[in-house]
Amino acid sequence: MKDADLKKILVALAGLSTLLLLLVMAAIFSVVFLYFPPVGRSLENSESIEKFEILSDEIQNGFHVETGFVEGEGLQLVIANCTNCHSAKLVTQNRFTKEGWTNVIRWMQETQGLWDLGNNEEVIVAYLAKYYAPEARGRRKALQVEWYDLE
Amino acid sequence: MKKGKGKQRRAFIKNSAYSILASLVGMEIVFANKMPVGYEPIIFQEKESLKSLGKEASLTVLNDKPWNVETPVHLLDDQVTPASKMFIRNNGLLPDRIKLEDWTLTLQGESVKSTKTYSMSDIKDKFRHYSYHLVLECGGNGRGEFYPPTEGNQWGVGAVSCAKWTGIRLKDLLQDVGINNDAVYIGYHGLDSHLSGDPNKEAISRGIPLWKALQEETLLAFALNDEELPLAHGFPLRLVAGGFPASASGKWLKALSVRNKVHDGSKMESPSYRIPISPIEPGSSVDEDNMRIIESMPVRSIITYPKSGAQLPFGRKLNIRGHAWAGEEAVKQVEYSIDFGSTWQLCNLEKPINRLAWQHFSATIEFPIKGYYEVWVKAIDMKGVSQPMVVPAWNPKGYLNNACHRIAVKLT
Repeated sequence: MKDADLKKILVALAGLSTLLLLLVMAAIFSVVFLYFPPVGRSLENSESIEKFEILSDEIQNGFHVETGFVEGEGLQLVIANCTNCHSAKLVTQNRFTKEGWTNVIRWMQETQGLWDLGNNEEVIVAYLAKYYAPEARGRRKALQVEWYDLE
Repeated sequence: MKKGKGKQRRAFIKNSAYSILASLVGMEIVFANKMPVGYEPIIFQEKESLKSLGKEASLTVLNDKPWNVETPVHLLDDQVTPASKMFIRNNGLLPDRIKLEDWTLTLQGESVKSTKTYSMSDIKDKFRHYSYHLVLECGGNGRGEFYPPTEGNQWGVGAVSCAKWTGIRLKDLLQDVGINNDAVYIGYHGLDSHLSGDPNKEAISRGIPLWKALQEETLLAFALNDEELPLAHGFPLRLVAGGFPASASGKWLKALSVRNKVHDGSKMESPSYRIPISPIEPGSSVDEDNMRIIESMPVRSIITYPKSGAQLPFGRKLNIRGHAWAGEEAVKQVEYSIDFGSTWQLCNLEKPINRLAWQHFSATIEFPIKGYYEVWVKAIDMKGVSQPMVVPAWNPKGYLNNACHRIAVKLT
C-alpha cells in the first residue's frame, strides 16, 4: 500500500519535471520564433526537394510518441518509409494481413510514387501485419457506448 | 511586402539560424547545405490545425496529412451544416490561399469549341447566381464497418454535410464556352498538390458525366452558407455535384476539361471510387472490367439527436431527430425500430428544401419497460429501395456502407 503511494508520488514528480522541461523548451522556442517567425511554404522553384523531418525516438507506454506507432521490430523503417508523404494516422487506422499490406504498398508504388523498399519491405510488412492486423468483427459490431444522462 | 520580408527572413535563417536551430533540436541538420533555395525545414513551417482550417475542436481528425476530418454524428444536428462542422476529405496538400486577381479558370479539352479562360469577375458578373442546399457525402462514408477491412480513411457515419452553396450553374458556363456534340464527361483540375510533392502529378482529378453537369443544381460555387468559400472547402471556386460521391465535387478549381470519353484523371482509375458490377465474395479480388464508377450515392439516414448513450428515467418519452437523403433520389419514408428491426414505426418526414438536399425526420418514442435499447433508423427512397440493417455488399475500397444508423438508449 505504502509502496504504491510512493510510486504514485514518484510518477507524479517525474511528470511534473517533464512538464517543466517542456515549458522551458516552449519558452525558448517562442523567443526564437518571435525573431524568426515561420514563413509560408514556398517550394515552387526548388529543383530538388529533400525533406528534413526531425523526429524524436521517444517511446511512451509502448507507443512512439510523435507518430503513435506501436513500438516493435521494424518501427524505425516504418517511420522512415511510411511518413514522408502522408501522416502515420493513415497507417494506424488501417488493418491488413501480410498480403493486404503488400497490396497497399504495390498500389502506392504504382500510382503514388512510393520507392522500391528493397530488403526493408519484408521487415516493414511483418511489422504492419503484426501490429495492425485485422480483427474479425462479423457483419455488424456491437455498439460501443459512453453513457450520459439525457437532460 | 510580405514576400520581401519572407525573403529577408529566409536569407537570415539560411545564413545564421541553422546553428541556433541545431542547438535547439539538439542535432545537426544533415545536408543543410543541400536544402533548395527557399525551402524551409518542416519545423519552421506554419502548422495547419483544425483551428486554422476553421473547424471546431470537437471534430475527429482521421488524418492530418492529407487532412481528413470527420464530424461526430450528433454534431450534424443543424438543418444546414455550418462550415465549422463540415467534414474534410482531402487527397492532396492544401494549396496556398491564392489572390483572386491572380486566379483564373480555364475551360479546355477535346470537346470544348475553343479553350477559354475566365476570371472571378467574369464568373460572378456574366452569369446568374443560384443557391441550393446540397448533400455532399464521401463515397467511403461508413468504411470503418467493412470486414475484411478495406484501405483508406476509416470513416464512421459523419463524412456527410448539407449546406447552402451559391455559385453559377455549370451548364451556363458550358453553354457560354460551347461544347461539341461528342462531349460526355467533365473532368476537374485543382490547385492542391500531390502528397509525393511531384508537380507533374495531380492529387485528384475526377469529374462528372455530362448529364450530371447539365443538371440545374450542379454548381460552380464561390460561397458556402452566404460566406466566401473557406480554403478547406475549395477557395476560390469549386464544383458541387450533390448526390454524387463528394470526390466528384472538385475543390480549388483551376481548369475544367470537356472530354469526349470518360475523364481519365487521378482517382478515376479502378479501384478508386468504383464498385463491382457483379457481386463478389467479401475479401476477394475483382477484375477491372467488373468495376463501375459510383454515380448516385445510396439512401441513408442518421440520428443526430440524441447522441448515442442517452440514459433517461423510465416513463419519459424520447424525441429523436435526424436527416435522410438518397443520392439522386428523394426519400419517401423514414422508419425507426427499438426492437432490433423486428417492428418499424413511421417517423415524421419533411420535404427537401430543394432537390438533392437532405430531409429532416423526427419521432417521439415511448419505451415499454426499463432496460437497454437500440434505436435504429431506416430510410426508403422513392424507388422503394431501403437501407440494409447489416453492412451491405463488400467491395475492395469499402464504399457505400449505408447500413441503418443505430444509437444506444437506456431507460433506468
